[in-house]
Amino acid sequence: MAKRLVFGLVLALTFIGPRMHAQTASPSTASSGSASAQEARIAKLEQQVADAKGSADNAWMLTSSALVLMMTGPGLALFYGGLVRKKNVLGTMMQSFAMMAVITILWGLVSYSLAFGPGTGFVGGFHNLFLRGVGAAPDPDYAATIPAQTFMVYQLMFAIITPGLIAGAFAERMKFSAMLLFMILWSFLVYDPMAHMVWGKGGLLNASLGGRFPCLDFAGGTVVHVTSGVSALVCALYLGKRLGYPKEAMTPHSVVLSFIGACLLWVGWFGFNAGSALAAGSLATSAFVATHFGAAAAAIGWSCAEWIRNGKPSALGAISGAVAGLVAITPAAGFVGPMPAIAIGFVAGAFCFWMVAKVKARFGYDDSLDAFGVHGAGGTLGALLTGVFAASAINPIFKDAQGNVLPSGLLEGNAHQLLNQFVGVVIAWVIAIVGTLIILKIVDVVVGLRITDDEEMQGLDLTQHGEEGYSWEVTA
Amino acid sequence: MTKVEAIIQTSKLEAVKEALHDAGVEGMTVLEVRGHGRQKGHTEFYRGREYTVDLIPKIKLELVLPDAIVQKAVQAIVTAARTGKIGDGKIFLSKVDEAIRIRNDERGEGAL
Repeated sequence: MAKRLVFGLVLALTFIGPRMHAQTASPSTASSGSASAQEARIAKLEQQVADAKGSADNAWMLTSSALVLMMTGPGLALFYGGLVRKKNVLGTMMQSFAMMAVITILWGLVSYSLAFGPGTGFVGGFHNLFLRGVGAAPDPDYAATIPAQTFMVYQLMFAIITPGLIAGAFAERMKFSAMLLFMILWSFLVYDPMAHMVWGKGGLLNASLGGRFPCLDFAGGTVVHVTSGVSALVCALYLGKRLGYPKEAMTPHSVVLSFIGACLLWVGWFGFNAGSALAAGSLATSAFVATHFGAAAAAIGWSCAEWIRNGKPSALGAISGAVAGLVAITPAAGFVGPMPAIAIGFVAGAFCFWMVAKVKARFGYDDSLDAFGVHGAGGTLGALLTGVFAASAINPIFKDAQGNVLPSGLLEGNAHQLLNQFVGVVIAWVIAIVGTLIILKIVDVVVGLRITDDEEMQGLDLTQHGEEGYSWEVTA
Repeated sequence: MTKVEAIIQTSKLEAVKEALHDAGVEGMTVLEVRGHGRQKGHTEFYRGREYTVDLIPKIKLELVLPDAIVQKAVQAIVTAARTGKIGDGKIFLSKVDEAIRIRNDERGEGAL
């Protein structure tokens, strides 16, 4: 009873309060001194509106950062961990987890500056070394409403998962020390320059900051998936096949783990793609929706292809298709509507099935967990299709000098964009191939890439980490 | 005393156990095993690649019985485990020289 009385009193005061204030203020509006007071109030109000928008954007971007981290651990760790044999489950999961630790430190010390600091068209400089100048104030070139530090930590999550994806190609046979060295060098030589070119200030391919070849890549189709997928193929070819491949059966030890991992990837991808709007507005919604529709269509695309060819739609097929669709929609997410997203997803699902079922078998490379077949192939396809379906109504990225919106993709009459997309893809392929070959050679000489045949038979868990993923003891 | 080794489909364990209890069998040892007969396994597909799984999971029951109930027990297993399809399994019988109860060193059929 007393509580209700207090509540009523507060309610009454909130209504009366402003009115009283308005009455006392109204007589003075006639005087000249009050005009500036009103201006000051408006300025204050504008500041408060901007602060509110900043808080909303920041909340979404911090959430997105956490979602993207979740894609690596546990998402990718489970997805890949389930696909290998029992004896390699921990070794494979550690390859993902190690990125969460190692790349984070590198990012703070050097990599953020190399990727997003001011520099040349190809790579950033040392301006933001040790995160100097990356604080609470926004960097308007990248995202005007969120702290630069939020932008930095969000981009870090991308830098973590990208090398993690490559691990699928050399699964079950690479030394842990070699893997660490490879990933560190790859992050410097391939990821940082590519991220700078597409997203960095003055980057050669940057579409929104006036690059020479404006390549549309909303959330990292070229930067993340083409680079990692193509590097994966190079690794698979350089390292050679696993012992006994393809004669011995090397089936996934737990499709259940992979299933959980893939579903976590799907959810995390909302942070990856919708977060790439770098704000909480309608563009994030558009990217969120396109991402979801693309993934769904791709799960159906892969399943249909598999059902027709093998007579049964498998669970592994459905989840692999979803991941392929998420990869393909990544560059397009913030440029296309839901219907083109369905088209991109469906094509990507069927195409990636064909890549892993037919093309891999034809050429005989041991891309163990299909990092190239899904990320390299799906990423390339998605990057090119972005040039076809990009719509200026979704994201008016190209404008003339007067500020009029120009057409985005091929279907809107901008055939030239397909060429720009092609240039972006070719650069990503070339950097990935050349960079990865050089790095593999260095690591091979310094520490040696592969574990011994004997160690390979025992598995990564025991030989690299001295533990086992599962306990098979009979006694409790 | 006769040792009965029956290899059956994994899905038939409960039915066989029940049938054996009804036939008066009091104890058994059950093992999860893998193997194949003439049928040579089945195929699985992972990412479009076909794998032949030739060692299929089976259940193996081991029982040592007094000779008097052996035929009744065998009939119980055959009836309960049969689906009529390839892969239903096999039963092997062999003579056992001695049985010893560890708890009190009892010997012969009394130890079963």
